Amino acid sequence: MPNLKDLKNRIESVKSTRKITKAMQMVAAAKLRRAQESAEASRPYAERFNAVMAGLAASVGGSDSAPKLLRGTGSDDVHLLVVMTAERGLCGGFNSSIAKLARVKAEELRLKGKTVKVLTVGKKGRDALKRDLGDLFVGHIDLSEVKRLGYTNAQDIAKGILSRFDGGEFDVATIFYSKFVNVVTQIPTAQQVIPASFEDTEGDDSGAVFDYEPSEEAILADLLPKGVATAIFSALLENGASEQGARMSAMDNATRNAGEMIDKLTIQFNRSRQAVITNELIEIISGAEAL
Amino acid sequence: MANTMQFDLVSPERSLASLSATAVQLPGADGDMTAMPDHAPTITTLRPGILKVEAPEGSSEYLVTGGFAQINGDGLSVLAEKAIPVAEVTRSHLDDLVAEARASHEAAKAGDDQTIVDDAAKLLADMEALGTHMSL
Repeated sequence: MPNLKDLKNRIESVKSTRKITKAMQMVAAAKLRRAQESAEASRPYAERFNAVMAGLAASVGGSDSAPKLLRGTGSDDVHLLVVMTAERGLCGGFNSSIAKLARVKAEELRLKGKTVKVLTVGKKGRDALKRDLGDLFVGHIDLSEVKRLGYTNAQDIAKGILSRFDGGEFDVATIFYSKFVNVVTQIPTAQQVIPASFEDTEGDDSGAVFDYEPSEEAILADLLPKGVATAIFSALLENGASEQGARMSAMDNATRNAGEMIDKLTIQFNRSRQAVITNELIEIISGAEAL
Repeated sequence: MANTMQFDLVSPERSLASLSATAVQLPGADGDMTAMPDHAPTITTLRPGILKVEAPEGSSEYLVTGGFAQINGDGLSVLAEKAIPVAEVTRSHLDDLVAEARASHEAAKAGDDQTIVDDAAKLLADMEALGTHMSL
């Protein structure tokens, strides 16, 4: 049986751990609200953008003159996986579930004989994938210095990806991120951004025939790169909200576990204290009887 | 005929305006245009410039850079990459934009694609014209 002093120290340390996790939970809750707000604020843009793009893509998509970003390079031998994770840990399964999804996808592609390249955004994803896919890394984007995510961050990432695409480094790009559903549910998601696919978005259903200024092709060529940036921006924001949500529920769990542990240790402490007292009494009584 | 139409101005980060307007003047890629209710459905890309909204409650102006506008019979949506109400635009905003345009112009000159150089030069000229226009 551990002695009283040890137990007391243990209880104290669990108590301070609980204080920390509790504080982290509250910070995450506050950040979550902000992250959710900005994710929601960005939604109208993305929705409208995709609706217009879907309409345009449907009318131009089939022709040979369609831009490469829409049509693809004609082959799908080289895949770029853009794995977007958080810069910090202690957020439950958030980072690892994204990394796992990417790892499975990479394995699947490799079995098909494709070349896989990996671009990581966020330190944690890089750490998680370093062992299995380390030799496939082509780059890393660090967002740890970024205080508040803006569209320009997404534009920079998109610019990097697009210049690689123009350089013929890959044929297909897929982004991995976590979609925010609610605090307890985040869905790791893979989304193909190059060539752009609009299968899941509904086109503009107003049925109006639009005039295009300048031409349809010119607009499409102008908008496709922006489409990549938009997709990345929404992914970043979804990720931000998911990260805070995941951290909040992870820290909530940790706080509860710490509480349970404190209760258990306190009972153990009291029992041993009583045992010590009883022992002392027995010693005194048996001493008195011996006289 | 309705005399107002729904006007939405959204940037990737937030939605800036959503109101009913009587006329909106847009800096279209092929030239300025004014959209009024029952305008023919049009999609146009935008060049950097000033967007003027006239609404029954008064008019407002926004500085927009890049993006596009979608006009259909009963409304107009402008999706701008950057949009700032003109009242909030300061010299430093503009300097940033001009510097950005100049940098891309320089970068384009290093390449050999003439159309990109021309585009960048146009962008730079647009940005500088904006400054004069707003007399900042």
